Amino acid sequence: MDFELSDNQVALQEGVRNFCEGRFPMEVVRALGDRGAVDRDRWRELADMGVFSLRLPEAEGGVGLGWADAVLVFEELGRALVPGPLVWTHLLAGLVPGAASGETVVGGVERDDPSRLVEHLGSLDLLVVLDDKGVWGLQARAVESRQIATPLDPLTPVWELTGELPRGDRLADAEAAAHLRLQGAALTAGLLLGLAEAATDLAVTYARERVQFDKPIGAFQAVKHLLADMFTRTEVARGAVYAAGVTLDDPIVGSVERAVAAAKLTAAEAAVANGRSCIQVHGGMGYTWEVDAHLYFKRAYALEPAFGGIDACADRMADLLAPS
Amino acid sequence: MDLRYTEAEEQFRRELREWLAEALPTLPPKPAPDDWPARRAYDTGWQRMLYDAGYAGINWPREYGGRGATLTEQLIYLEETTLAGAPYIGVNFVGLLHCGPTIMAEGTEEQKREHLPRILRGEEVWCQGFSEPGAGSDLASLSCRAVRDGDEYVVTGQKIWTSFAQVADYCELLVRTDPGSKHRGITWLICPMDTPGIEIREITTIVGSSEFSEVFFDGARIPVSNRVGEENDGWRVAMVTFSFERGTGFISDLVETNRLIGELAALAKKVTRRSGTAWDDIALRREIGHLQAEMDALWAMTKRNLAQAERHGIPGPASSVVKVYYSELFQRLTDLAMRVLDRASLSREDVGDLPSGIFVEERLRSTSFTIAAGTSQIQRNIIAERILGLPKG
Repeated sequence: MDFELSDNQVALQEGVRNFCEGRFPMEVVRALGDRGAVDRDRWRELADMGVFSLRLPEAEGGVGLGWADAVLVFEELGRALVPGPLVWTHLLAGLVPGAASGETVVGGVERDDPSRLVEHLGSLDLLVVLDDKGVWGLQARAVESRQIATPLDPLTPVWELTGELPRGDRLADAEAAAHLRLQGAALTAGLLLGLAEAATDLAVTYARERVQFDKPIGAFQAVKHLLADMFTRTEVARGAVYAAGVTLDDPIVGSVERAVAAAKLTAAEAAVANGRSCIQVHGGMGYTWEVDAHLYFKRAYALEPAFGGIDACADRMADLLAPS
Repeated sequence: MDLRYTEAEEQFRRELREWLAEALPTLPPKPAPDDWPARRAYDTGWQRMLYDAGYAGINWPREYGGRGATLTEQLIYLEETTLAGAPYIGVNFVGLLHCGPTIMAEGTEEQKREHLPRILRGEEVWCQGFSEPGAGSDLASLSCRAVRDGDEYVVTGQKIWTSFAQVADYCELLVRTDPGSKHRGITWLICPMDTPGIEIREITTIVGSSEFSEVFFDGARIPVSNRVGEENDGWRVAMVTFSFERGTGFISDLVETNRLIGELAALAKKVTRRSGTAWDDIALRREIGHLQAEMDALWAMTKRNLAQAERHGIPGPASSVVKVYYSELFQRLTDLAMRVLDRASLSREDVGDLPSGIFVEERLRSTSFTIAAGTSQIQRNIIAERILGLPKG
């Protein structure tokens, strides 16, 4: 057993981090919010980086890596607040032509989702629908909807479905749909872990610089303990998120369902709580649009419900622990 | 990254499991919590069995008679012994995990020869004389005084929170040798507990037991040859011990916590309410599931800490992260258990056919988890200052 990143994984992580710092710096990310969040040129750059084809076999133009590698990549994307339907496009890269290469932007929704909200619908080529019968593909343009003028996260625009969703073309069966839900939860947990880290970094940096009562505010224990808790939550979630990736690759080491539920729950809690603390540490400035703290906070809430929220994960854990 | 055990690790697990299955039924009945001589006999007897089977000092290097196991093997050892219900390290704790490693690192050849084999065989029990009434979180402000008189130190002062003092042969004692200096005025001594001038007074704890004692020194004379390290260098010597565990420190506690969450779920199914059982209450059930998710995450993090320690040699302050999270998780677990038990929690003994006593007991006992061995507040300071690089207050 050696539950530490391999040299290749460290290189992958650094490569994606450098790419994000170069191509998705915060001013670019913020500007994307004004342009519908998905920019086709940058989307193709993500594809060229291997974000969508990462796990496809090399014979199919992929990189041939596993889920453990994928969660590391998504952690970096989350850290950089890269917007767009990253998880769905990655999940469908083997099933939908053009998804892996970045030509086709893929989003998704559960057919029985009572909120009737779909993220990024206006930027999608294909909308994937999951239900208890399988996985279905719909031309996104054909879906009746209205855009919500004020989404929670300015970088996660949402549309409300106004008509019945057409049945669509069958892409895969119900078992595949069940797998996609687990895999989607693991990748989302990766994004949330990255958010939790980025919020911690931002808050720590500010606490070292901001002076009150003639000291950096980070010298006060009340502030220190907020920051220590941010770090602690992140590290605990990291264990679970990496374990979920490894378990998806090698199910002999444990229950995939349980590993994914633990990862999604702890990463979502870390991201939400750290977003909140990041604002708190920034004081009044944390309440402004100008400081990035709100972007982490809002993205955390936007991702928390995806593929099963905190409570759904806890309920699943309870069922796995002792079936009713 | 991988979580699969190697064939050699699986083999180690199988052999240990087989041995435990044979050895545990031969143990005498567990002694009463306050019968200290019986507890000593029980714990040291178990240590001798481990020694004879080649499992003593699982984390000690081979050159000192230990097993020299890899960290993963240590994890397996702690997991299997806890799950099998093997005796806890008990009165051997200080010897095996604190002063033994300190003597290995800083002791003279003579000190090593005298103490290390006896600790391994369960023939020598140690206690710890660090904390004082005036020196808790700020341990380096300790004032128990040692004055040099020829080839002896004359010790006067008081220690507190000393476990196993009633039955210990030796005490790892931190004393003030230079009142003019704080961290650099402390010395580490091997103090035989039969030295004249030592008085022990038991403290009755929140659970009503005598887990800890106060130890009073009134002109107790300790040979200078019992000093470990140089005079006034005792703080550094004491710190060596703290980095010895390399992230394995809380593994049995985590295994036990995980087991207890499963037991709480089973208990919730037995506790009846006006309508159905506690497990039928979605809010309680969800909280139990929530704790299990956090527990699994903590366990995964521990495996990462071990892998990092194995790779880079040092655990770093990651142990503070484990301690803060584990101790508070355990308190939330036992608090939840009290709510699941409802009025059955009024008794510390099992009520009806419910295995309730253990949870009430653990709720009381676990109040110490966020205090002992560095409070949660001190741990958060360590995380903020040593990991996040925030300025000292």
